[in-house]
Amino acid sequence: MSNHHNNGSRAGETEHMAQPQCLKVFIQRDYSEGTLVKFQTRFPQELDGRLERQVFETTINRLNTYFAEAEKASCSTYCEGCLACLTAYLIYVCKETHYEKCLKKVSKYIAEQNERVYEPRGLKLTDPSMRGLRVIEISCLDRPPNA
Amino acid sequence: MTIDFHYQLIDLWTSQSTSTDTRVNMAQERVTRKWEIFQGRNRFYCNGRLMTAPNSGVFVLTVFLITITSALFFIFDCKYLAENVTIAIPIIGGLLFLFTMSSLLRTSLSDPGIIPRATSEEAAYVEKQIEVTNSANSPTYRPPPRTKEVLVKGQTIKLKYCFTCKIFRPPRASHCSLCDNCVDRFDHHCPWVGNCVGRRNYRFFYMFIVSLAFLAVFIFACAVAHLILITKDNRQFLDAVKESPPSVIVAIICFFSVWSILGLAGFHTYLTTSNQTTNEDNGPQQVTMNSSEMPGIYRQTTETTESNAGSITHLVTSEQPLAIAPAVQLQRSLEDSQQYKSQPSLSHSPVYNNIIPSHQVPLGKSHSYADNLNSTIEKQIELKETNVNVADLHLDPVVLRENHILASISANNKFPDLKLDNDLTVQEKENSLLSASRLRLLQDTTMIESALDLDSLDDSSLGTNSQAGLMKVIV
Repeated sequence: MSNHHNNGSRAGETEHMAQPQCLKVFIQRDYSEGTLVKFQTRFPQELDGRLERQVFETTINRLNTYFAEAEKASCSTYCEGCLACLTAYLIYVCKETHYEKCLKKVSKYIAEQNERVYEPRGLKLTDPSMRGLRVIEISCLDRPPNA
Repeated sequence: MTIDFHYQLIDLWTSQSTSTDTRVNMAQERVTRKWEIFQGRNRFYCNGRLMTAPNSGVFVLTVFLITITSALFFIFDCKYLAENVTIAIPIIGGLLFLFTMSSLLRTSLSDPGIIPRATSEEAAYVEKQIEVTNSANSPTYRPPPRTKEVLVKGQTIKLKYCFTCKIFRPPRASHCSLCDNCVDRFDHHCPWVGNCVGRRNYRFFYMFIVSLAFLAVFIFACAVAHLILITKDNRQFLDAVKESPPSVIVAIICFFSVWSILGLAGFHTYLTTSNQTTNEDNGPQQVTMNSSEMPGIYRQTTETTESNAGSITHLVTSEQPLAIAPAVQLQRSLEDSQQYKSQPSLSHSPVYNNIIPSHQVPLGKSHSYADNLNSTIEKQIELKETNVNVADLHLDPVVLRENHILASISANNKFPDLKLDNDLTVQEKENSLLSASRLRLLQDTTMIESALDLDSLDDSSLGTNSQAGLMKVIV
């Protein structure tokens, strides 16, 4: 327990000491079609020269497609919801929802894109589900902040 | 700032015994899960799988009341009715009770849709962006605007900045003063279930209310039937009461609670069909959007493109509660990454192993910066040695110190008055434009609002120690 406490206080400490270690660009949500999860495809100027506009747009569009798929109501998700309701939502203890599966797909896609496209360019995408699906964080690993 | 992973270099050998996840031990690392560094006031149990609001005393009362009443009913009334009327009564009662308790626990122990706070980097980035639009040529300092306008389906909607969470709140989100978090599609903070009711647990809450209404009516009817059946054999009502006093108690409890529960169930049914939340129904001024266009907008900017968006079946079956999914992520980050590591296509990549642990806590600032540069060559098993190397690099500590100062200036000192945010009362914490209307609303007499009122008073008295709350969560 004491060790755990040690960890905790250290994590808390970094909370205050936290400072950007590299330049980070944040892609915000696009609310133009409602509160569906959708990210802006506008190319951030900070990434000019680092990343092709087309590659960026492909990635974001692909992510948007995944999220659209996750929120799309189909017959199977409807049945899933009904079944869950009938079992007083106890089924969610043991079964993954359609949405969670889609989120996994997103994470997998991000990992793959990082490996194939972004890491070689010194960039790194952060899974939006780590940020509450609010932003996509793109870190430029070799550029100091405020550069 | 979120530390998703960090490697415990110094405590490697001692932390083995306390670490909860054996799979992690195999990888020789101590994991800080998201909920452990969570900055709100919620409490977490079972390794982050369950969470409640900070003061859940009333929740215990709710559970106690429901359980005691049902137990009395099952022991005294059900026995008699099963023998004299039909065996179906205890079966139906049992199913209803299980359903109610299940949805109650689900509502109060799961994540309402908390929006995680911005990392310090993101806060600084946002700060910088709104600075640019406000380029102050005048000598007097003008703070940047604290609202952002976005177009939602052709309508302009104002997003308000949340000073605590350092984000522009998404449409329909609101800050819960008790839990000190922004909650997506915030409905209200319900002390009875001991949690916020928001996007992710609204349907559980709704099912709880509805099933509880059924349960209360059912138990009341059965208790009265029991009493009447006793008086059937030409006996006085008083005799019946003497013979089965628990029935009377149960009937009285149900009689008084059923009205408010039925009212609440009806109210939420109305809200669901009109696709609103309690928070929005309280008055247009209170919500994050343009006041005059509010009600119309909500029906148009629904979460889904479905035609049945505002219907009960949609609520019950839809997946919208998962749309913003921090809760699962609060504890899933580890499992997911483990999963990827085990995948053959990705496991050969040393790069991905370092994607999540972007901030390694035990290292100094300069070290972790160097570490980011170095990350491609690093593997977890060689962690110790690699970090020793990293420590030798010492990249530009001076520059980083400058950055540190700059960052702390932009994050903290630019708005010293805002920094005191946590110390203010709820009304002040909300945008001051709202406070008058909110106050008025709080004086309204419906059940939910009075509950809110109690909460906010409660909150203002203990509003100062959000940091203490954080420490509690961690310890």
